[in-house]
Amino acid sequence: MEEHRDDLASKTGMWLFLFTEMLLFGGLFVVYSVYRYINADAFHLAAQELSVPVGTINTIILLISSATIAMSVTAIRKNNKKLSLLLLGFTILLGLVFLGNKYFEWGHHIKENIYPGSPVLASRGQGDVLFYGLYYFMTGLHALHIIIGLVFIGFIARLIIKDRIVSDNYVLLENSGLYWHLVDLIWIFLFPLFYLIT
Amino acid sequence: MEHEKDHIIPYRTFLYVLAGLIVLTLISVTVTKIHLGTLTVFIALLIAAVKSTFVLRIFMHLKFENRMFTIMVIAVILLIGVVIFITLLDYLYR
Repeated sequence: MEEHRDDLASKTGMWLFLFTEMLLFGGLFVVYSVYRYINADAFHLAAQELSVPVGTINTIILLISSATIAMSVTAIRKNNKKLSLLLLGFTILLGLVFLGNKYFEWGHHIKENIYPGSPVLASRGQGDVLFYGLYYFMTGLHALHIIIGLVFIGFIARLIIKDRIVSDNYVLLENSGLYWHLVDLIWIFLFPLFYLIT
Repeated sequence: MEHEKDHIIPYRTFLYVLAGLIVLTLISVTVTKIHLGTLTVFIALLIAAVKSTFVLRIFMHLKFENRMFTIMVIAVILLIGVVIFITLLDYLYR
């Protein structure tokens, strides 16, 4: 049976969706810039409480996971189904490790009574409230994207197992990769803005 | 499907890019430890921009894709940049 599909259109659709994601986070970066400008000193001090080593490790984890999903596309195109699945599994594993680190990081702050709506945080002033409000919201929204990305990749891995994604029909794998890279891209900016600029 | 037979990116390209991205991350962490004032923000964002370019062009395949995608991505980034710029102008000179 003659197959009808348009890979270019499929990829264009994915990119259009990614643009809405970029604008979503872009809006949050506007909010961040303004609040940081108004509360420069408070942001400066509050950012020093975040762990740079944990942030750096998480950055490297996401970068590696981006490389593995990109290599997974190369593997499927070379007809190496096993390697492609292995690389996807590795990507999912790295995503879970990232979330684990995030869990301990948030847990550490919450234990110190630093969370949105906490009286301790409120007593430290408006700048700290805004910094941690943005920190929880932006890293939380990012973590939500990681979770969605993991489900997406899991679904793609299933399609590879069932031979629905093969060496001459791999656009869905590419699209899941595009989503995962976008999540990585957002983290590339979140990391310096929250952890480094102190 | 004009791009059906475009070339396959070799594994080692991704590994080189990955190594470059990790080095840039470490440079960014080291540089921001030195107190350079406002320059720190600039350097950190500059390195982030370089890293994004690698991710967009190689990992996200833009270098090998139809030009249309690159143009659209640049347009979206410019839009976000312009909005941040105008908003800050408002706050700086109010």
